[in-house]
Amino acid sequence: MYNKKVLQHFKNPHNFGKIPNADGEGQVGNIVCGDVMNLYLKIGKNKKEEEIIKEIKFETFGCVAAIATSSIITDIAKGKTIAEAIKLNKDNIIDTLEELPPVKIHCSVLAIDALQEAIYEYLKKNKKTIPQELEKHHQRIQNEKKMIEKKYAGWIE
Amino acid sequence: MRTKQVYLDYAATTPIDPRVLKAMLPYLKEKFGNSISLYRLGQESKKALEKTRLIAAQAIKAISKEEIIFTSSATESNNFALKGIAFANQKRGKHIIISSIEHDCILKSALWLEKQGFKITQIKPDKYGLIDPKEIEKAIKKNTILVSIIHGNNEIGTIQPIEKIGDICQKKGVYFHTDAVQTFGKIPINVQKMKVNLLTASSHKIYGPKGAALLYIKKGTKIDPLLHGGAHEFGLRSSTVNIPAIIGFGKAIEICQKQMKTETKKLIQLRDQLIKGILKKIPQSHLNGHPKKRLPNNANFWFSFIEGESIITSLDEHGIAASTGSACSSESLKPSHVLLSCGLRPEYAHGSLRLTLGRWTTQKDINYVLNVLPKVIKNLREISPFKL
Repeated sequence: MYNKKVLQHFKNPHNFGKIPNADGEGQVGNIVCGDVMNLYLKIGKNKKEEEIIKEIKFETFGCVAAIATSSIITDIAKGKTIAEAIKLNKDNIIDTLEELPPVKIHCSVLAIDALQEAIYEYLKKNKKTIPQELEKHHQRIQNEKKMIEKKYAGWIE
Repeated sequence: MRTKQVYLDYAATTPIDPRVLKAMLPYLKEKFGNSISLYRLGQESKKALEKTRLIAAQAIKAISKEEIIFTSSATESNNFALKGIAFANQKRGKHIIISSIEHDCILKSALWLEKQGFKITQIKPDKYGLIDPKEIEKAIKKNTILVSIIHGNNEIGTIQPIEKIGDICQKKGVYFHTDAVQTFGKIPINVQKMKVNLLTASSHKIYGPKGAALLYIKKGTKIDPLLHGGAHEFGLRSSTVNIPAIIGFGKAIEICQKQMKTETKKLIQLRDQLIKGILKKIPQSHLNGHPKKRLPNNANFWFSFIEGESIITSLDEHGIAASTGSACSSESLKPSHVLLSCGLRPEYAHGSLRLTLGRWTTQKDINYVLNVLPKVIKNLREISPFKL
């Protein structure tokens, strides 16, 4: 059901784990099938003094597609400026993986959500301007998150 | 290239036994006649068909071979049992009782009947998947026409107290059907002791070919056919009879009957090793289903903090074929209704794994799984945000 590329990322996921003292952290859960993903960012600067994603790691509870899309989003986002990273969407993930089974498309949304949330947290923490799109995105994710936390109450420390 | 292949999904389907294939081949080649044709070629097929009917009848201790109706699949047999009884007996009543852990083909037939105006009661099991016969007794009403309870559950392996339920149904004068797909060929079946009016069994779960199954219908049971036409199978199942598949089914039954004792003993021994080994080697691992009253070849677990489709795909990378009740593995994105019925929380059902053994499972296979699975679980838990 999965192509080679998806399976490669599943078997050998890139950048998994936690970044201690991350600059930004995104925690999202997908209410459709119960996947949960944490994404961690370290922010640095490029030669033009623009802020970039210097380091990125993930932790995921979920299916093959959830783990593969988590891995691929870390590859895509690494080195991007914040302005560029905000513009990423699920099609960037699906195009890179070449294809995803239709029933698994929602997993790629999860990975995008986690990235947006991590960026949001970084901007908020450092009192930087938050683009309106990102703010709206954040509100929707927070509503979904409340439902997930209820479901996984016994597991989250 | 990996060479190791360990098939542990015998509850899904089984490879055909070479002896079965050999018995089938003439009926795919020179003995191709239609069993209702009057010339010799047809009559030869008819004779072989009736011989197989007798083998099947004797295997389940039916009184006469005419009580065996061959069908194309267990799904068909189960649809036939529910819809056939419902429509033939609706003047007597429109209430049907099933369990909440039936196979989808019973569950969805019942839900369809509900849309046609029948009333369905679903009996819930305890946490081990066991149905309490008293619950069925309480649920039987004046207008109840049928009780259908699965014999051995296909997911968690729990075996139901069918004889006790049969007693109750007989006492109350209600038809009783059991889906014996997973038990047939593995443990002795006696339709008279079980007091069932109808019983479903399938070929491809017992090393026979796909495309053959049976419905036992006790003499005198009022049932309508699903398929109308040329009046094959005593007018109860019109359709040119799939002779090669049914001959194969018959051979598969004969082999199972002959080997059952030794085969079941071996399966139980390997299954228990597997269960003990996994529970010991993998932290936060739990057995689904009943610890004792379970199918000889079924082991089902749930592992916290990880998801089943990921487990299956990782095992596949190591050449191990298994299955899961996780939502992510289903098109509907809903976890297994059987696990949920046993009270398992959806997030736990996500992390379930079913391993089912069979005729060609070896000690080496079990050792291999006990070596590979703990590593697979550990790797996935490392990626998971939830930690031990």
